[in-house]
Amino acid sequence: MSQSVSWELPSSAEPGRLARWSAELRKRPLLAVGVALLFAYLVLAVVGPAVTVDPLRTDPANQLLPPSAAHPFGTDEFGRDVFARAVAAARLDLWIGLVIAVVSMVVGSVIGVVAGYWGGRVDEVIMRLTDVLLAFPGFVLALILVAAMGDSVPNVIVAVSVSFLPHFIRLTRAEALQQREMEYVDGARLAGNPPWRVAFRHVMPNSLGPAAVQATLVAGWAILTVAGLAFLGVGIRPPTPEWGVMVAEGANDVITGEWWTALFPGGMIVLAVMAFHFVGDELGGGRV
Amino acid sequence: MRRYLIKRAGISVMTMLGIVIVVFFIVRVLPGDAAAVRAGPYATAEKIAQIRAKYGLDRPLWEQFVDYLAGVARGDFGVSVRTDQPVLGELLSRLPASLELAVYSVLVATVIGVPFGIVAAARQGTWVDVVARVFAILGSSMALFWLGLLMIYFFFFRLGWFPGPVDRLAVGTPPPPTVTGFYTIDGALAGQWEVVAMAFRFLALPVLTLGFVLAAPILKMVRSSVIETLASDYVRTARAMGVSPRTVLFVDGFRNALLPVTTTIGIVFGYMLGGNIIVEYLFSWPGVGRYAYEAIQTNDLEALQGFVIMVGILYVALNVVIDLGYALIDPRIRLGRKVTA
Repeated sequence: MSQSVSWELPSSAEPGRLARWSAELRKRPLLAVGVALLFAYLVLAVVGPAVTVDPLRTDPANQLLPPSAAHPFGTDEFGRDVFARAVAAARLDLWIGLVIAVVSMVVGSVIGVVAGYWGGRVDEVIMRLTDVLLAFPGFVLALILVAAMGDSVPNVIVAVSVSFLPHFIRLTRAEALQQREMEYVDGARLAGNPPWRVAFRHVMPNSLGPAAVQATLVAGWAILTVAGLAFLGVGIRPPTPEWGVMVAEGANDVITGEWWTALFPGGMIVLAVMAFHFVGDELGGGRV
Repeated sequence: MRRYLIKRAGISVMTMLGIVIVVFFIVRVLPGDAAAVRAGPYATAEKIAQIRAKYGLDRPLWEQFVDYLAGVARGDFGVSVRTDQPVLGELLSRLPASLELAVYSVLVATVIGVPFGIVAAARQGTWVDVVARVFAILGSSMALFWLGLLMIYFFFFRLGWFPGPVDRLAVGTPPPPTVTGFYTIDGALAGQWEVVAMAFRFLALPVLTLGFVLAAPILKMVRSSVIETLASDYVRTARAMGVSPRTVLFVDGFRNALLPVTTTIGIVFGYMLGGNIIVEYLFSWPGVGRYAYEAIQTNDLEALQGFVIMVGILYVALNVVIDLGYALIDPRIRLGRKVTA
């Protein structure tokens, strides 16, 4: 799978970078929507917590108030402001999602290049191990890893990254297998570069394309996985403002009609994952 | 064919062995003090020591591993810390509930995904195609727990069309005599039609929730494979010979796209085996996913380990079945050639 988008360096004859980006975005409405949404989330995550009230402050006099001007997303069973909590959660969830995407991409790609470039016995062992990891549904693998390691944000990051590793290993390996046969690789080898240098300085940068697109999607799925785990009470625990924790805390309210405590934070998860998907789907040429 | 079968079986056994080893490593080695994790955060020192002795966690790791491996080979998945019952028996008694949920969900997903995918492929680039694409993205971005709650809010709380998230049947209704473990089938076999109707009403919301999400990958696969076959030489020939567009689409286009689509449905089904913890928890569905949830809540790693091994082994077995089906249908695979199309 090769990339359909290439960002060339602007020369003086061409219109400015900004103009070309906006032209590109106008041609691709889904990409524009995705980028706009991600930008909005970014602003919310960076600026939001400074503007909203304390997400942990309880207020027994104002429990389960429906959405209003004072509380745009209403209040929960402890009288906490749901909007303030959802905004604080945006910072945590987006950060975790991006870290997982980067960690699993970097580690997975290094392993994938090793497998694809060296081949032989090394490749065989790596691929069999990958098969074993792929034999678990990713969510279940992440779940048992966190259950065994204990609840904490770093543990969640490690566990979910491991569950996404196989995808990156396979993608980068397939790409490295093709790159290995290219002439520039022979050139690099003949110039006297040691194998590790050919693999990581020459083959790896050229094998990262599909993995980079995949990383955009994984950032979204990672948020979904982390929130799903938190919903089951694994990894991130109450009262931490995290979207999955909030949905779990509000799930019982929905059954009695107080829909806002769970449905607002849940909607923010879905919208964020969709934003990553729009961008990843478009960068992948709509074939992801 | 025989050589293919032997090779395939060999790889599957290796993978299953790998699963068992990985799970052992995760559950026994990773936690540091495995007994303390099992005893829970508020356990006394005696309680931890008691659990350590009971589960043999004080013995050398390799001895534990050999015992554990021999146990799994005999179908002994250990004893639940929470209920003191053999894990395998508890899992097997809950499996039919999960399977019934899975079968109907995949059915709904197929009924949505396949026709939608064919139409999107036939009308590539039109608004139908755009709707299909947005639907696919929405499905793969969806949080199951959020969609499930939306369903509960609208169809239970607001409209009252379907029962709340409690169980497989209303409280006090005896389940039909067990034959398959599927209440909808067992009820019909026993002629208890009101139980069948009730079972379907309780199935409706979790099945719709899962069906919507699972429809997305099926839709994507149907669309891309039909587009691929429609661009092939034999379709061009069929068109040139004056075969009607409808026949070309359904006979040449869809029939040749069936192989990858079948695989996707199989993978989706396999995903269901583990992915329904969230939905079973949300709808209080008494299946293996709910069992895993309860195990998590009580730090019952023995039970959780049994669940994960079962999911992994079922998943590998399912893949073997799909591959064999493939080999039976497609002679190129049977002869051991690589399929490039």
